[in-house]
Amino acid sequence: MLQDYPKPTLAVYKFTSCDGCQLAFLNAGVALLELTNLITIIHFAEAGFVAPTQAVDIAFVEGSISTLDEITRIQQIRAQSNYLITIGACATAGGIQALRNFAGSNNWLKDIYATSDTIDSLKTSYPISHYVKVDTELWGCPVNTAQVMVAIRSLLFNAAPQVKRDSVCMDCKRRGRVCILVSQQQSCMGPVTQTGCGSLCPGLNRACYGCYGPSENPNTQSLGAAFKKLGLSDVDVARQFHHINNQAPAFHQAGNRFKTIPIWVA
Amino acid sequence: MKKTFLKHEHFQQLLDALKEAGFACIGPQVRDGAIIYDTLTTSTQLPWGLRDFQEPGSYRLEKTAEYKAFSWANGPQALKPYLFKAEETLWRVKRDEAGKFIFEAEYAKAPAIAFIGARACDLAALAIQDKVFIEAKQIDIRYQQRRESLLIIAVNCTYASKNCFCVSAGTGPKVNHAYDLVLTEVDQGFVVQSGSERGAAILAKLTLTPASLLQIQQGALEIQQAANMQSKKIPFNNTRALGLALMNKLDHPRWLDVAERCLSCGNCTLVCPTCFCHSERDKPSLEATSSEHVREWDSCFTKGHSYITGKVIRPDTQSRYRQWLTHKVATWFEQFDVSGCVGCGRCITWCPVGIDLTEELSAMVEDFHET
Ligand code: SF4
Ligand code: SF4
Ligand code: SF4
Repeated sequence: MLQDYPKPTLAVYKFTSCDGCQLAFLNAGVALLELTNLITIIHFAEAGFVAPTQAVDIAFVEGSISTLDEITRIQQIRAQSNYLITIGACATAGGIQALRNFAGSNNWLKDIYATSDTIDSLKTSYPISHYVKVDTELWGCPVNTAQVMVAIRSLLFNAAPQVKRDSVCMDCKRRGRVCILVSQQQSCMGPVTQTGCGSLCPGLNRACYGCYGPSENPNTQSLGAAFKKLGLSDVDVARQFHHINNQAPAFHQAGNRFKTIPIWVA
Repeated sequence: MKKTFLKHEHFQQLLDALKEAGFACIGPQVRDGAIIYDTLTTSTQLPWGLRDFQEPGSYRLEKTAEYKAFSWANGPQALKPYLFKAEETLWRVKRDEAGKFIFEAEYAKAPAIAFIGARACDLAALAIQDKVFIEAKQIDIRYQQRRESLLIIAVNCTYASKNCFCVSAGTGPKVNHAYDLVLTEVDQGFVVQSGSERGAAILAKLTLTPASLLQIQQGALEIQQAANMQSKKIPFNNTRALGLALMNKLDHPRWLDVAERCLSCGNCTLVCPTCFCHSERDKPSLEATSSEHVREWDSCFTKGHSYITGKVIRPDTQSRYRQWLTHKVATWFEQFDVSGCVGCGRCITWCPVGIDLTEELSAMVEDFHET
């Protein structure tokens, strides 16, 4: 029985992000209490546990790398962690803040701050995997409780978590949703976006905007061409891909292909 | 069986009689701009005066001049989700006090269903799903329970969408599979016929008149019209000859061409009323004291579908699309002695990029000439 062994340790670290993914733990309710029977949380600042440099079995990382200091910190965390899991679009694909990778970030700083001297940030925002080895990536903006709990359960069984990367459309069909691309001509990203959200947006009559990142075998060219037939311009199509997961390679390349003018240069 | 006439205004009696006989009525109604099937409690929920306008990759409802309840062809789903559930627990396991595993099979829980509005193609597809789930070596007990209690109220089609091709596929528009009741809608009501004792018992509770010769003739004419409306054809009329021809074209350049358009999204397979692929997974409780073994709809367009002994056998869209189409209209014959396509056109309509299997097939089986 598991209880006979010392409990594995868990940490949740934060980088450049909105903190939303950490709510997957905090909103877990009873499951969070059950979890503490199985593991010991050693670092999770948002929940009041602070031990940022202690060695840990399972490390969850939220947020992208967007400052010099964060590069050192993620290397330190990698060195002290047994198994590292990124949570969310920021940690896994650079996040919405990575739009600055397409622009001159210095120009943006000048536009916003009276003086940019006090701002110590990199010109880019990159996913964790750009700097260190990541063992499992959990996509989503934000990730949900089920995703993190399934991953933890899997690791407690000593098995690498399995992440399905089928299309969101499959969930729409399983849940009996009427396709809003076919019946309302909405430019839905579901056909190239990976499952995990339960087709939340199409269920609320809103096109999927791809927050779970690219599906396993995405045909971005064909979907982009279909969006153009619905009346979207090349720039609009590029924006569909250069959005929350703009640094995910499949979406990054697709956006570049459709982008005909440099739309994000300030 | 003699034909009787049920007036539109007496349709509610049918729902009431079914309810009294212990059935949950499932019937057509409008939701989110399409005709879907859900619980039907009053006849006013029916899609009165509406029909579906379908094209490859497009579906919308439009008003008709006549006030009828079934003057439409189909919506994204029909019977399949009610018998072969999109997600279902197959068995559960837990430990007893001595730490021993206790396994428990899961049985169907829902009450018996009266399914109102099954079309000819839906029933042809049902016969195929029966072969998969109950006429096989391994019987699916949940499907079997639901299937045996199912009461079928079929409707002959009096309208066909632009994507329907049941005539060419050999399945409709007139119902030619077993039913409990069958309706043909004409002016002011339905020509009704029972096909079973259960059906006859329900009919005995309704206000009916004998169907007039005129009503019977109008019904036949309307069904003929639905047949005449169809312009799509499947090569070799969906026979083994199509399968043989297609299996000779496994290297045709059109497979690459369609793979450039196909999104590999899986929509076509999940709306297809005959597709039965599924995957299974375990859902352990967080504390690992119990677990559920769950089955869900899967598709030959996913990576998991061809993941065998550590390898993905069909890694790209070309091989996945080819798997779907060759299985559907060719190797299906070897497996089930029938084509896997019933001509409903759903995969054409609900494909986000409007890929039309009849066109793909025609392009590949070039030596096909209409007969
Ligand atoms: S609504 Fe979007 S995600 Fe759902 S089936 Fe249609 S295209 Fe796919
Ligand atoms: S292959 Fe297409 S047209 Fe044929 S039965 Fe399936 S969904 Fe209908
Ligand atoms: S044929 Fe259409 S519905 Fe089927 S997987 Fe390809 S794009 Fe999706």
